[in-house]
Amino acid sequence: MAVMNVNPTRMELTNLKRKLVTARRGHKLLKDKRDELMRRFLDMVRENKALRVEVEEGIKEANIAMSVARCVMSDGALDVALMLPTQEMQLEVSEKNVMSVLIPEFDVKFKTANENDIYSYGFADTSGDLDTAVKALSDIMPKMIRLAEIEKSCSLMADEIEKTRRRVNALEHVMIPQYEETIKYITMKLDENERSTTTRLMKVKDMMLAQAHNYN
Amino acid sequence: MYKIAAMGDKDSIYGFASLGISIFPTDDPAQGIKTLRRLAEAEYAVIYITEKLTSEMKDEIARYDAKPLPAIIPVPGIRGNTGIGLDNVSKFVEKAVGSDILS
Repeated sequence: MAVMNVNPTRMELTNLKRKLVTARRGHKLLKDKRDELMRRFLDMVRENKALRVEVEEGIKEANIAMSVARCVMSDGALDVALMLPTQEMQLEVSEKNVMSVLIPEFDVKFKTANENDIYSYGFADTSGDLDTAVKALSDIMPKMIRLAEIEKSCSLMADEIEKTRRRVNALEHVMIPQYEETIKYITMKLDENERSTTTRLMKVKDMMLAQAHNYN
Repeated sequence: MYKIAAMGDKDSIYGFASLGISIFPTDDPAQGIKTLRRLAEAEYAVIYITEKLTSEMKDEIARYDAKPLPAIIPVPGIRGNTGIGLDNVSKFVEKAVGSDILS
């Protein structure tokens, strides 16, 4: 690993040592964050997968009934039946902070008091299959809302895990080794300077002694 | 208060209307992108889009990936399930873990 381009001085050494401590602590924290995110993500994504299978199955059933209804009823009659829904669904959205990832939480509110108020048409002119379709969709709806919530959360968390993992790796494999290497380089350089000063002094002393006593 | 929307071909999303979800029937991806932008700016927290339309406007949908709202969820349309939804889940796992460990 490359040594950083710094002056080999004592001040630089102290600075680097401090940075190394910070980097190590940051690395440990980020690693913990990654592990915890991963644990929650895996739980969530399993639920996501199961929910998706269920929801897709439910929608398929609703679609089958809907296709039959379309065949039995005329386009116009179907339009009229579904034109003015009696029910209106509204969402209350709150945000939850999971390891600094903001994930949405949905809470469903219905406009009319009776949640089963989903048939916006008279039963005289419509096919029973339409009722089946609407009922099937209505049954699967709570799961669809939960799916939306959990799928969005999974997507956000996957992003965050990817980012955190990159940071952890950058610290672990680039920053920390670089600091360590540079600290080692500066220490060596300073030691070397010290040794060269000592030898120089010894040499000067020899020369001075030689001069004073008129050796050789 | 946020609302819920459904986009896609008319046949697939018609049923949602009776549940009180706002429906925006469209077949055309260009039109779909316009509608999606409008919905994302308006107060829609969840937007269900049929898988067929989802596959045709992937890039536009990817723009909303990093934002907490709206949640854009692919659902199977009347022509059947193309598996995009489950593929997406696998992609999340791949992104987070490195390989799809659930499949």
